[in-house]
Amino acid sequence: MGHPSSVPPGATDNPDLSQDPALPPVALTPEVHEAEERNWTPVKIAVWLAIALLGGLSWVMLAVVRGETVNAIWFVFAAICTYLIGYRFYSNYIQKHLLRPDDRRATPAEYKADGKDYASTDRRVLFGHHFAAIAGAGPLVGPVLAAQMGYLPGTIWIIVGVVLAGAVQDYLVLFFSMRRGGRSLGQMARDELGRVGGTAALIATLTIMVIIVAILALVVVNALAESPWGVFSVSMTIPIALFMGCYLRFLRPGKVTEVSIIGFVLLIAAIIGGGAIAGTEWGAAFFHVEKVPLAIGIIVYGFIAAILPVWLLLAPRDYLSTFMKIGTIGMLAAAIVIVRPEITVPAVTEFASSGTGPVVSGTLFPFLFVTIACGALSGFHALIASGTTPKLIEKERQSRFIGYGGMLMESFVAIMALVAALSIDQGIYYAMNASPALTGGTVQGAVAFVNGLGLTGVNLTPEMLTETARNVGEESIVSRTGGAPTLSVGLANIMQQVAGGTGMMAFWYHFAIMFEALFILTAVDAGTRVARFMLQDTLGNIIPKFKDTGWRTGAWICTGIMVAAWGAVLVMGVTDPLGGINTLFPLFGIANQLLAAIALAVCMAIVAKRGLFKYIWIVALPLGFAAVVTITASFLKIFSSVPGVGYFAQNAAFSQALADGETSFGTATSVAAMEAVVRNTMVQGILSIVFVTLALIVIFTALQATWTAWKNRSNATSEDPAVPSRVFAPSGLIATPAEKANQAEWDKRPAATRKVRQH
Amino acid sequence: MGALLAVRSAAAGLAWYVKGVLGEDAYEKYCDHHAAVHGTDAAVPAMTAREFWRERVDRQDTNPQGRCC
Repeated sequence: MGHPSSVPPGATDNPDLSQDPALPPVALTPEVHEAEERNWTPVKIAVWLAIALLGGLSWVMLAVVRGETVNAIWFVFAAICTYLIGYRFYSNYIQKHLLRPDDRRATPAEYKADGKDYASTDRRVLFGHHFAAIAGAGPLVGPVLAAQMGYLPGTIWIIVGVVLAGAVQDYLVLFFSMRRGGRSLGQMARDELGRVGGTAALIATLTIMVIIVAILALVVVNALAESPWGVFSVSMTIPIALFMGCYLRFLRPGKVTEVSIIGFVLLIAAIIGGGAIAGTEWGAAFFHVEKVPLAIGIIVYGFIAAILPVWLLLAPRDYLSTFMKIGTIGMLAAAIVIVRPEITVPAVTEFASSGTGPVVSGTLFPFLFVTIACGALSGFHALIASGTTPKLIEKERQSRFIGYGGMLMESFVAIMALVAALSIDQGIYYAMNASPALTGGTVQGAVAFVNGLGLTGVNLTPEMLTETARNVGEESIVSRTGGAPTLSVGLANIMQQVAGGTGMMAFWYHFAIMFEALFILTAVDAGTRVARFMLQDTLGNIIPKFKDTGWRTGAWICTGIMVAAWGAVLVMGVTDPLGGINTLFPLFGIANQLLAAIALAVCMAIVAKRGLFKYIWIVALPLGFAAVVTITASFLKIFSSVPGVGYFAQNAAFSQALADGETSFGTATSVAAMEAVVRNTMVQGILSIVFVTLALIVIFTALQATWTAWKNRSNATSEDPAVPSRVFAPSGLIATPAEKANQAEWDKRPAATRKVRQH
Repeated sequence: MGALLAVRSAAAGLAWYVKGVLGEDAYEKYCDHHAAVHGTDAAVPAMTAREFWRERVDRQDTNPQGRCC
């Protein structure tokens, strides 16, 4: 411990941060912060007591009372109250003891300011910005699939996981990257873990990216296949984005809000028009696309989108997606509070312990924790929290609100997705999420399968399926796996009670599909581009010409390689005789959590090098959990003898059947299908081995770096040198009285000398 | 009158926020930065709005930003 408690945090780190005496204070002293925190007025005590009591009551309602039904409002209260307490107390503890931000230090946005990449951004704006960058389809899809284990395990993991793991990871990565001029996770891994650990982290990131893009694309294919309405309205986003791009480029540069509103109106028109066109005979025939051609279409699209200039397609669609994201999530939250649906799903279903659930196979531990990745702990965020956001942050102390707070918001999105999925009838839920291999893809097949599961309270009739399909404007809702259609039915079901009634369900359903497809297609484009640059950088070490990112041929080759990689996984998922999502989704979750383990391992090494061993448990706890979960899940996927769980067990079973000369086995009805299973399980098994090996290398090198730091008691740092700050801004959402008083000092200065706009 | 003012200031606040999150204020920020560094020095002219937006989006071609799942 290099920091005796009598010295204010940070003071010993940077003895020479004396500020310009001509300026009002650029930071409040630690004593002032301390005094404000300790100032427990009766009102404050009453408010926090009320939050604690309401949160406690909600958890009791969810976990203990468990009546016939449970009202969705308890999920909302349990989540919000726990977030508030976690934010106020735990993130404050992390701030005080582990990270020790020092507002006397300039952030990269200040000392590297260039008016472009590095630019101080108001904390509230940056919060919205950061949230829009981290939240995508992940927190919407995972909880839907995990709902098969009952509402309680998923709810606990999302809420407790985010407070102790996910938000901690985002906060730490953001802070450490900020102290390093906005360096990326890959660069930090190289700095902290050396060449072996750094290279393993880089390769792991690249392969994980491929898997994540592939599975997101699979979700879109599953949502749009054989849905003329969906295909029409989602493909209309391409011309809409092209139009927006040209508008911004040639007509009115910089009018982002204006073009987003125009785009939004066109989007709504596309959804309404989609219904009309799908209603015509030619429209239904023309836009009816099977899974395989649709997958090929998305692969071709992905390649073209990734080589087109950003201004033409990616940037305008990104505006649209940000606009839709914040609007729709706000709308869903309001609707859930207004409608307060009753939930009839059991707290814990038998699938949690038997591991035989039709949606994703495997028992609660470890598979619940990999099925719900985003929303509780998402490694992918480490790529956003290092890189873009730290270059925009105004003051060091704001990293808590943006990093920790932003992730709490995403967790709330996951809770709402869970509520939406839970609010639909159990029978319909299983009919939609069981693979076509189980239901045969027909209404009769689905009814027989679901009723045959023997679940209490589930009595599915063919009419329920055909009527729901008709209400949402689809030909069929049987085996629409992947989570997106289920969420859309849930959302449509809730929204129609607020606006429009049953007649509007089809609109809301396709609105939700559109909203998810927009995120995913943006993530696919951006992911392919980022992966291409990573590949070019890596290949550049062998063939130097690849380092030149302006080299057209090289860019095309690398884009082609990345698209081929995720495209192959996508086609494998689409044609998989076992169903696709249920075998591939665990791989997505494992990949995402392994990335989290890598990010946390890097953070642990940094904490160790700062000499803060007393508080290293803050990182070690989520790292240990993520490592145990993902390594166990990977080992089960590799070594389990249960064919539904272990890739190689499945492979062996089908190989044996083929060797025995059988022509059908399990859900595969032909020799070709059986051969496909053998091929797919081999690829999936090998991917599992690659991931877990790379992650183990990274974790091992991080432990080594931690041990070395402990042994040497070194205080070596890879931080950028401290530069005194010349600006002030409050740190949380709402400025405290002391911050307001200090801000008033700054506001007294002539406007010309105030660089940052304070609204 | 008080209510009207409150509504107007709330609308202005909302517009400021939306523009901020979508990045519409980028050119303003760039100009502020440019003025702070170079002052009104004619030797280093600031980019025009059109040039700025073009350059901003073209830079993303070689410097892509990830979007999360």
